[in-house]
Amino acid sequence: MSELATERAIDRSKMSVSENVAIQITNMNKWYGAFHVLRDINLTIYEGERIVVCGPSGSGKSTLIRCINRLEEHQAGQIVVDGIELTSDLKNIDKIRSEVGMVFQHFNLFPHLTILENCTLAPIWVRKVPRKEAEETAMHFLEKVKIPEQALKYPGQLSGGQQQRVAIARSLCMKPKIMLFDEPTSALDPEMIKEVLDTMIELAEEGMTMICVTHEMGFARQVANRVIFMDQGQIVEQNEPEPFFNNPQSERTKLFLSQILGH
Amino acid sequence: MSNLSYVRTEMLGEQSPPGTAIGIVGWLRANLFSNWLNTILTLVSLVFIYQVFAAILPWLIHSSWTANSLQECRAQVDAAYGMAAEGGCWAVIRERYLQLVFGFYPSELYWRPILAFGLTLVALAPILFTALPRKMLWLSPFAPFVVPWLLWGGTVWVPLLVVAGLGLAYVVTRVLSSHVSGLLAVPVAALVAILWWLYAVMPVNDAVTAMIANQRIPDVSADMRDKVEILPGEIAALDAQIAALGQTVGRAEAEKDALVSALEAAETEAARTAVLSAIHELRGPRDALAALEKQRLVRNEELSRARTLLAGLEALPENRTTRETLLAQLANATGAARGDLEARLATVDNRIASVVKEVGRVGLIPVESRRFGGFMLSITIGLVAITASLPIGVMLALGRQSDLLILRAICVGFIEFIRGVPLITLLFVASVLLNYFLPPGTSFDIILRVMIMVTLFASAYMAEVIRGGLAALPKGQYEAADALGLDYWKAQRLIIMPQALKISIPGIVSTFIGVFKDTTLVSIIGLLDPLGLSNAIRANTAWNGIVWELYGFIALMFFVFCFSMSRYSMYLERKLRTGHR
Ligand SMILES: Nc1ncnc2c1ncn2[C@@H]1O[C@H](COP(=O)(O)OP(=O)(O)OP(=O)(O)O)[C@@H](O)[C@H]1O
Ligand SMILES: [Mg+2]
Repeated sequence: MSELATERAIDRSKMSVSENVAIQITNMNKWYGAFHVLRDINLTIYEGERIVVCGPSGSGKSTLIRCINRLEEHQAGQIVVDGIELTSDLKNIDKIRSEVGMVFQHFNLFPHLTILENCTLAPIWVRKVPRKEAEETAMHFLEKVKIPEQALKYPGQLSGGQQQRVAIARSLCMKPKIMLFDEPTSALDPEMIKEVLDTMIELAEEGMTMICVTHEMGFARQVANRVIFMDQGQIVEQNEPEPFFNNPQSERTKLFLSQILGH
Repeated sequence: MSNLSYVRTEMLGEQSPPGTAIGIVGWLRANLFSNWLNTILTLVSLVFIYQVFAAILPWLIHSSWTANSLQECRAQVDAAYGMAAEGGCWAVIRERYLQLVFGFYPSELYWRPILAFGLTLVALAPILFTALPRKMLWLSPFAPFVVPWLLWGGTVWVPLLVVAGLGLAYVVTRVLSSHVSGLLAVPVAALVAILWWLYAVMPVNDAVTAMIANQRIPDVSADMRDKVEILPGEIAALDAQIAALGQTVGRAEAEKDALVSALEAAETEAARTAVLSAIHELRGPRDALAALEKQRLVRNEELSRARTLLAGLEALPENRTTRETLLAQLANATGAARGDLEARLATVDNRIASVVKEVGRVGLIPVESRRFGGFMLSITIGLVAITASLPIGVMLALGRQSDLLILRAICVGFIEFIRGVPLITLLFVASVLLNYFLPPGTSFDIILRVMIMVTLFASAYMAEVIRGGLAALPKGQYEAADALGLDYWKAQRLIIMPQALKISIPGIVSTFIGVFKDTTLVSIIGLLDPLGLSNAIRANTAWNGIVWELYGFIALMFFVFCFSMSRYSMYLERKLRTGHR
């Protein structure tokens, strides 16, 4: 797992972290019933950041990023996304969700719609883009993820890697400011992992703000500007990739890295 | 151990399969005679099939189509095929099929249910078959309003006002979802529309009708006076014609009796056929007589209607004055006198209203529900229940899954209650009790009440079928829809329901078929659906004792409808199948 995500050199010209805050999380807590899943999370993410979140299973990584677009509700603290605070106000929630794209471990494409329809649905119904324009945008992004020829097929007719790339294109069609990835490659075979990672790397090269939960440490090394390590619902350590991998501070992090990197 | 390594040096070409596996012989061997048990089963089945056909086919072939009673049928069959022959008496269907289809709907108005049925088909076609031009869909939304109007008649204002209720609901949805909350908009809009339909439609209709009536009274009075003068003459002329023809028919009947005895005496096949066709020709004058009698009936009805209306019109000014006086007296009356005055006022009001309704009607002649019957009734109730139960079932299923505790409790309670009660009970409630639960002053038509009950019954089952479909959807679909920023209703409409409904198609169509067949239960509360009518027909002396032909025909008609639904569901499942399983 420690090998590089891509052989080629990464174009860093557009990868710049701005001063503007994209996501601000302060003293955020979440419980599932009596179970304290997320404990006092404080995190500031700037526009253009590429953040990789890692940690052992059950540590609350998914829960954290799902709180950012309110797929999960937090009970205490504050989450501000793109200047809007997440409260129970449905209008704000829908607004944030249309600005924040999300890619799931199991793709979650809509099986009753063609690839093209999957990509145009939200722009047409949420953003009120005319159908023709939405289809042009969709084809643009499908070309970008290198599967324009599949546009008229149904998700069930595509391989896993292709489906995940469609899922990415579907999110991109909403022209989001922030992209969330929840283990986008965990359900894929090694060959397909590469396809998807390539797509994600290209996205990063264009300056997209990304938060990825992933165990692809090669991707973290090459693309991330910050790696966050979580355990037991807390942020245990965060740092730039080089020091994070080469010189972890916390015992837990060391243990986790030694397990995952296979030393 | 020998050497395990092996390398093929020569590739094999394709070969044809052995003769026993292909062709008719192969097919027979594989499907019917693959082993001794299978062979025995095949032979037993063949014997069984033969027995069934040997019993039914002669009965079907030796049928009589022209007789006028069961006795005549038997005589004809015996005459044509010998004393031992058994034959069906389909003549009952020939004679009564109009009744089995339309019940006691006025025959001069048959065009209305026929047109309504055609319109329904045209409206359904583009919904059922997406290959049809999408432009046809424009017709579909009008059908639910035009079809009932065609069937029951009445003023045009009612369907228009009902449509206006939908418009109102739309406006409420728009206003609420842009100013308050989209989640609230749909239920509130539904409530507004229902209140409008219950409390506003009829008063507005009455007001418009009264306005038109006031303008028309002089014209209609003159018209009715003309009719009352002319019609008796026409009826007298018809009477004369009928009397003349009656004698001819009487003579013919006498001839017929002679012919029937001749038939029994006839020896050769040729003689028999000759006598049979002679009997058949006697039908001509009899049919003509029936037509004339019907014409007289229509004229008589017209005359009595004209007389009643004229009397009502002439009494109108007097009734209106009486009304004023009664109102004045009522103002300072108390106790028992008051009750008496109120009753008299109600009678006078009724008289005025019935005249105003008749004179001010712009639209079709009303047909009362008790004249509905036959397949027309089954299809009407069935179609309404089927089309209404799907959306209501969807709403109930969603309500049952909702996070709103009270809403969920109501939905669960409703579904479980309705499913726990036999349909018959609900129908009795509809026929006896429902009026007590409705706001005072609204009197609901019996068919409408039955439709509501059957719809609610079907909806509860539908809700459970659809809940099954919803439960089969992975949670990821909801999350993906949410993550894209689709609101609740859009997610339901675009993502969740298309998939949940697709999964539920077999269950939904089973429910549809069940509901359609359950409409026959209305015969128990006295509505004349095909089964109710068949009892009436069997009570007629001419057809007393007929069973198979009548029920066979009804069963066949139901089978045609239900089988079509089942085939359609299979077609739909095939069409909606996407991707690999
Ligand atoms: N809906 C839920 N109800 C109750 N507990 C939950 C729920 N979802 C997750 N949990 C619990 O919350 C904890 C954090 O879950 P989460 O999915 O965020 O972990 P994760 O870090 O993403 O793990 P993985 O790497 O396995 O995906 C786990 O212990 C899990 O059992
Ligand atoms: Mg997870």
